[in-house]
Amino acid sequence: MTRVHDMGGRFGDGRVVPEPETPVFHADWHARALAVTLAAGALGQWNLDTSRHARERLSPKDYTRFSYYEKWLAALADLLVENGVLSEADLHGEGNAARHPLAERALHPQAVAPALAKGGPADRPSAIAPLFVAGQAVRCRRPAANRQVPGGHTRLPAYAAGAQGHILRLHGSHVLPDSNAHGLGEAPEPLYAVVFPAFELWAHPEHPRDEVVLDLWQSYLEPA
Amino acid sequence: MGLDIAFQPRNACAMPHDHHDHDHDADHPHSHLPSDPALRVKALETVLTRKGLVDPAALDEIIDTYQNRIGPKNGAQVVARAWSDPEFNRALMHDATAVVAEMGFYGRQGEHITAVENTPETHNMVVCTLCSCYPWPLLGIPPGWYKSDAYRARAVREPRAVLADFGVSLPPDTAVRVWDSTAEMRYLVIPRRPEGTEGMDAEALAALVTRDSMIGTGLPKEPAT
Repeated sequence: MTRVHDMGGRFGDGRVVPEPETPVFHADWHARALAVTLAAGALGQWNLDTSRHARERLSPKDYTRFSYYEKWLAALADLLVENGVLSEADLHGEGNAARHPLAERALHPQAVAPALAKGGPADRPSAIAPLFVAGQAVRCRRPAANRQVPGGHTRLPAYAAGAQGHILRLHGSHVLPDSNAHGLGEAPEPLYAVVFPAFELWAHPEHPRDEVVLDLWQSYLEPA
Repeated sequence: MGLDIAFQPRNACAMPHDHHDHDHDADHPHSHLPSDPALRVKALETVLTRKGLVDPAALDEIIDTYQNRIGPKNGAQVVARAWSDPEFNRALMHDATAVVAEMGFYGRQGEHITAVENTPETHNMVVCTLCSCYPWPLLGIPPGWYKSDAYRARAVREPRAVLADFGVSLPPDTAVRVWDSTAEMRYLVIPRRPEGTEGMDAEALAALVTRDSMIGTGLPKEPAT
């Protein structure tokens, strides 16, 4: 069911290597990859959930062998072609150089600061009333899969599927990634912080009182 | 046209494009780019620029923003105020998004903020197991380790072993609460104020606050004695 990006709890990855706070970018091309991805996003041809899904559906082989910003670049190239912005010939450097119909949407230098400052909030009014209250016991649906689109995007990690926890708080209603990533609408619904005891998730928790909190949409949950 | 990526895709397709029948990479559009990553970026930037879709000066501006203007110094100001002003701290715990926005910290990847406070009973630690979600307006671009497979895989299952990689060990009676950033809520850890900082002003306190202490993989610096 899962894709390779869904790695929470996986064994075998080795130690985490700390690093100083600078440099922010370890190579010039990392910075360039980030910037070109944000600037291309400003063309408005896809949303945040679509672009996350584009990285997740890289083949497991590519996902594993690519470094972080290589994943971004590969997903960007795929999105540009899939959405008809560029052709494969363009990626070869063999396309035409005529001004693109979307060029009027290009992000100008003076628009960068206001655009970054404005952000893109994900909370929305919703007709779906909250079903759960703080403190209530809930269980994550199982399996952790998109219910509308086979193999589609979801933000329910596999390690939490079927686990029981309780509602910590309601965050309001947020855009549902499972729908929005596939052009099926924003479908906002209540989003909760849900707390799980570590022993509910792992066979060998480090400490009896450790916990993991996940932000989960109402349709990911059922009463327990 | 803003960078607030429109939530209505124009040409999004209902089905994911899987290429599961083929395990050679030539079936993916991205395989048409050069194999060296630096050349790959250059190729994409060049074609997008030639068609008027990307302005290289806008790319410079984005890079300058995250290299020089937005980073963990922002978050450190929030923590220092939380340490020195109980009223501010109460407001921060109640509605961090509004409180940090008033300090000028709002924007992309920081539209919804929750602050979580470390106590003697509970140590908080933040991860994004599914990708690399991180509070950009407060901490900037995430460090390499935050985006690494090892951190994403291990932080939820063995946070204390991960803390040991950072040279941090917690008292045995302190519980760890790990926050997996699975939605658009971004988490800022408010570390415990170090001993011996009673007389220090907010600026001096902010200098003790490290990036890692606001993710929960580190502790603030001790004051110089």
